[in-house]
Amino acid sequence: MLLIECPHCGPREQTEFTCGGEGHIVRPDPATATDAEWGHYLFMRKNPKGLHFERWFHAHGCRQWFHAARSTVTHEIFAIYGIDEPPPAIDPSKAGSQ
Amino acid sequence: MSQAFRNGDGGRIDRGKRLNFTFDGQNYDGFAGDTLASALLANGVRLVGRSFKYHRPRGIVGSGPEEPNALIQLGVGAHTEPNTRATQIALFDGLIGESQNAWPGVGFDVGAINNLVSKVIPSGFYYKTFMWPAAAWMFYEKFIRSAAGLGKAPSEPDPETYEKRTVWCDVLVVGGGPAGLAAARAAGASGARVILADEGSEFGGSLLSSRDRIEGREGADWAGDVIDDLAGMAEVRVLPRTTVASYHDHNYLVAVERVNDHLPLGERHGPRQRLWKIRAKQVVLATGAIERPLVFAENDRPGVMLAGAVRTYVNRYGARPGNRAVVFTNNDSAYRAALDAADGGISIAAIVDCRANPEGALVRLVRERGIEIVSGSVISGVRGAKQVSEVEVAALNDAGDDVVGARRSFDCDLVMMSGGWNPTVHLYSQSGGKLAWNQELATFVPATAAQKSREVGAVNGSFSLADALAEGTRAGAAAARDAGFEVEGEQVPACEAAPGDGVLSLLALWDVPCGRKGAKRFLDFQNDVTAADVALAHRENYSSVEHFKRYTTTGMGTDQGKTSNVNGLAIMAGLRGVDVPEVGHTTFRPFYTAVTVGALAGINSGPELLDPVRKTPMHNWHETHGAHFEDVGQWKRPYCYLRPGETVKQAVDREVLAARTSVAILDASTLGKIDIQGPDALELINRVYTNNFATLKVGQCRYGLMLKDDGMVFDDGVTARIGENRYLMSTTTGGAPNVLNWLEEWLQCEWRDLEAYCTSVTTHWAAIAIAGPNSRRLLAELTATDLSNEAFPFMSWQDGEIAGIPGRIFRISFSGETGFEVQVPASYALALWRALMTAGEKYSITPYGTEAMHVLRAEKGFIIAGQDTDGTTTPYDLGMGWIVSRKKGDFLGKRGLERPDTLREDRKQLVGLLTENPNEVIPEGAHISPAPDSAKPVPMEGWVTSSYYSPNCGRSIAMALLRRGNERIGETVALPLEDKVVRAKITKPVFFDEEGERLRG
Repeated sequence: MLLIECPHCGPREQTEFTCGGEGHIVRPDPATATDAEWGHYLFMRKNPKGLHFERWFHAHGCRQWFHAARSTVTHEIFAIYGIDEPPPAIDPSKAGSQ
Repeated sequence: MSQAFRNGDGGRIDRGKRLNFTFDGQNYDGFAGDTLASALLANGVRLVGRSFKYHRPRGIVGSGPEEPNALIQLGVGAHTEPNTRATQIALFDGLIGESQNAWPGVGFDVGAINNLVSKVIPSGFYYKTFMWPAAAWMFYEKFIRSAAGLGKAPSEPDPETYEKRTVWCDVLVVGGGPAGLAAARAAGASGARVILADEGSEFGGSLLSSRDRIEGREGADWAGDVIDDLAGMAEVRVLPRTTVASYHDHNYLVAVERVNDHLPLGERHGPRQRLWKIRAKQVVLATGAIERPLVFAENDRPGVMLAGAVRTYVNRYGARPGNRAVVFTNNDSAYRAALDAADGGISIAAIVDCRANPEGALVRLVRERGIEIVSGSVISGVRGAKQVSEVEVAALNDAGDDVVGARRSFDCDLVMMSGGWNPTVHLYSQSGGKLAWNQELATFVPATAAQKSREVGAVNGSFSLADALAEGTRAGAAAARDAGFEVEGEQVPACEAAPGDGVLSLLALWDVPCGRKGAKRFLDFQNDVTAADVALAHRENYSSVEHFKRYTTTGMGTDQGKTSNVNGLAIMAGLRGVDVPEVGHTTFRPFYTAVTVGALAGINSGPELLDPVRKTPMHNWHETHGAHFEDVGQWKRPYCYLRPGETVKQAVDREVLAARTSVAILDASTLGKIDIQGPDALELINRVYTNNFATLKVGQCRYGLMLKDDGMVFDDGVTARIGENRYLMSTTTGGAPNVLNWLEEWLQCEWRDLEAYCTSVTTHWAAIAIAGPNSRRLLAELTATDLSNEAFPFMSWQDGEIAGIPGRIFRISFSGETGFEVQVPASYALALWRALMTAGEKYSITPYGTEAMHVLRAEKGFIIAGQDTDGTTTPYDLGMGWIVSRKKGDFLGKRGLERPDTLREDRKQLVGLLTENPNEVIPEGAHISPAPDSAKPVPMEGWVTSSYYSPNCGRSIAMALLRRGNERIGETVALPLEDKVVRAKITKPVFFDEEGERLRG
C-alpha cells in the first residue's frame, strides 16, 4: 500500500485515495477536433514502465485532486504537485524507465 | 512411561511446570517452554500425520515455520483451527491436538491405498484424468473433494475476538535472533522509535538452539539481557509471538501477534490475535535461514529430520528425537548438530557425507570424538514403516550421479539430514528486492533491495554468529541514522567464535542417487512431490519455473515450499542442463505463514461492520409492515410489502395497481441529492447535462441525462432550481457518489474558472413519492399549498408545509401517474410517512416497493441508467434524441456523439418486446438470436434489459437493446432460453398511457 503525501492533508494511506489515471491530458477543442484527435483524447492512455505523471483524488480526505509523478516499477513517488501545475522535470531513468 | 525421550537437564523448559495435553486422543505431558512438537518427541511420538496425496506416514521434520508434515487440527468445536504447525504451537495445559488427513486414524489409514497405486497417480494426474468429458467432472468432484483437503474448518462462528492496530515507526526489526537483537539495540539506543518483532515466544532465534556465548554469557541469556535493555527504552516496542507476514510498497508491513494462543482457554483475556499494520521509515530484516532437506530414497520416513531441528530439540527443549542417529550431509553445519546431539545423549552411528574429503574444524572435532565419517557416500535407502529402523549407505561414483560398490547398513531410529541452508528471503523478496544465486552456499541471497530495508545475518547468507552481530549492529545504527537520529559509536557485541562457525564448505547434491528404480525421493513432503515428478514435468515440457511448480504442485501446500522450493528448482536445472538461476524462482507472495481470516477482519466482522448497511429514516416502519428488502448499493430498500399469505408477485401486482387506481407511496430517500451553489452553478449543470438548463426558472425542475465525454449515458435525474445560484440535483441511488466525484473532477481539474460548489445532501433530505389519481387529493389534505395544475404545474417545485413539517414539494413523477415527491429533513420523514398513511386510509393508500416502481416506470418506457444502459448506450440508442440539445454550446458527450461509431445505424437500440404468450415473463438478460436453432455458439443480436409482468397491461412487458431495433418495430424475434425458445413482437418501448395524460393530469 502506497503512502501518499496529500498536498493538503500530509502523508496518508493509499486506501484514502482514488487514482485518476494519466494526468495532463488536454481536452481538444470539440469544435475543431478531428474524429481521430477526439478518439485519441477519449481512449488512448500511456502505459509506461517507469515514470508516470498521473492524477489522484483524496476521496476519503479533503476531496481534492492533485498530480503525482510515480514510478510504475518501484512505486516511488518523485513529486506531488498541484492539479493546475505542469509536470516537473524528473530524470526518467531514476524511475526505472526504459 | 512419561517423557522417555526427555533429558534430565538442559534446555529452556521449566521442568517444574508440568503441562497435560492430548494428541489423537492420548494423554501426554510436557513442560512449560515446550512446543507441541518438542513435547511429542519427548514422549516418543514419531508418527504425527499422513501425507496429502499418498497418505504415507509422516513425522516431524523441522522445528519452526518450515515444518511440512506435523500439521495439527488444534482445539475443538468453535475454537478449532486446522493446519497449525506442531513446531510453532506453544504447549499449554489442556491443549487438544489431532493429526490430519488420515481416516480412520494416523496409524491405520484407508487412504494409504494411494501409496500402493502411486504409479498410476503421477503429477498432473488430476489434470489428465478428470478433464474429459466435462459432464463427468460433477461425478468426480465429489470424491476428489472428500479425499482432498487438509484439516477441517470449524462449522460454528468464531467466538474469539481480534483487533487491528496501525503504527508508525522509525525502524522495524524483523526477527529476534542475534542479528535482529543487535540491530534493535543499536537503533533503539539512538532514541528512534523501534519495533522488534519475532514469531517465537522467546527472543534469541538461533541462540536458543545453540551453545554459543556472547559478551561472556550464554547466547540465550545475552538475548534476555538485550530484551531487558530494550524494555527500558521508551520508544522501543518489543513484540514476541508476532509474525511479520507480508512486506508491501512504501515500507508497509503487516504482522500478526498471537496474543492469547499460547494460553489455555480459561486464561485468555482480550483479543486472540492482533493485526499490526506497520509503516516503517526503515526496515531491518533479520529473518534467518531455513535448512534444506536432502532428496534421497525414502527420505520421508518418520524419524528423518533436519539436522538443525534435532539440534534445536536437544539444546532448547532437552528432548531427543531418537536415541541413535545417522547424519547425512553435504556440508559442515550438520557436524555441529551431530556434536550437540551426541552431547545431548543421542548416539551418532555415523556421519554419511557426500563430499569425498570433508575437512575443517567441525569435521576434526567429530573425528576426535571417534564418530565414524562415511565420506563420498550417500544414504541410498531408509527402512521402517512408521519409524526409521535402518538406513542403507552406498558410495557415490566419481561423477556423483550413481552409487557403486557394496551397501552398508546402519541401525538407527533417527536420520539427521542437511542439504545446506536457504536464507529466509520471503519478506525481502515480497518487498521487491532482487535475489542473486550464491554458488558457494548454493542458494539465493538478497542482492539489490527495492525499498528502505537492510538484510542482516543468515538471511544475507552470513551464517557465522560474529557476522550476524556485526551486520545487525551496523544496520540498526545506519537505519536509525537514515531515519534522522544520531548514533554514537555503535558497539558490536563480542562473541566467542565457535570452531567452524558459519562455514559450510557445501557440495551441492540435489538429487541423491540410490541405484534403484521406483524408490521415492521426496522433495516436497507436504504435497508428495518426488524427484521423479520433476523429471515427468520436464519430459512433458513443463520445465519453466511457473509451469513446473503448478504441474507438480511443488511448494503449493500450506508450508509454501519453505523446505522444497530450491531443491525443486535445482533438480529441474539439472534436468535442463542449465544453472539454477537460469531456471529462476517463483514469486514469493504474502503471507509468510498463514494468517487467520479473523485477524484480517479484526473488529470489522459481521454484516453490520464488514460492509455498512444504509437505512432510510422509515426503515423500521418498513420492517414492521412486511417489507421484503433488496440491496441497492449499501442501501436496504423495500422490494415490496408482503401481506399475510401473499406471494411476492401478488404483492407487487397489488402495489402497481394501487398506484394506477388510487394512491401509493414510495420511500425514495435513497436517491442521490447534490446541492450545487455558486455563481457558475448553472454553467456547471449546463455542461454536464445534454439538455438546456439556461431557461430553467427558480421554482422549476427538469429531467436531465448525463453522459461521459464519449457520449455514453452515465446517470440521469431531476434537477430543481432552488434559488438564483442554487440547484438541487438528484441522481440514481447507486450513482450518487460517482456523480458527485464526476462533478468534482471536472470542476477541479478542467473547469477551474467555474465557481461552483457541490455538497452531497442525500441523507439530509428524505423523500417520499406519492403516486396515483388520488395523490393530489391526499396531499391537499395535509398542506395549505395550492396543488392545482394551474398553481403547481408539472415539473415545478415549491416550499411548503406538509402535515406541519416544513419541506419541499416537487411535481414530478417516475411512475407516469399524477404524482408528487415530498422532501423533508430526514428526522421528520417517519412522521410524514405516518401522517400520509393515516390520512390515506380512506383511499386505501398502499406503500409500494422498488419492484412496483420498476414495473410502473417500465410500463411508461422510462429507463433506469445502469439497467437499460451499460456504458455503451447513447441517448439516441435509447430513443431519447429529444433530450440532446442541438442549440447549446459544448457539453460533456456532445462531441463523442458525433463520432462515426456512435452514428452507426446498426447500433443496438432500445425497443419494447411483447411475448406471444402474454403470461410469459422473459428473464432479464435473455439474448435475442436471429437463428436460435443454429449450431452453438448461437448468434446474438441483443438482450433484454428490463422485463416484468404488468398488471395494468394485463400481460408481460419487456425492454431490450436490439441491433437496428428502431427499424424493426413489428417484427418477431426469438429468445433462446435454457429449455425453450420464446418469441416476442418488437414494439416501441412504451406500454401504457403513451400520451402522458395521466402524468400531467
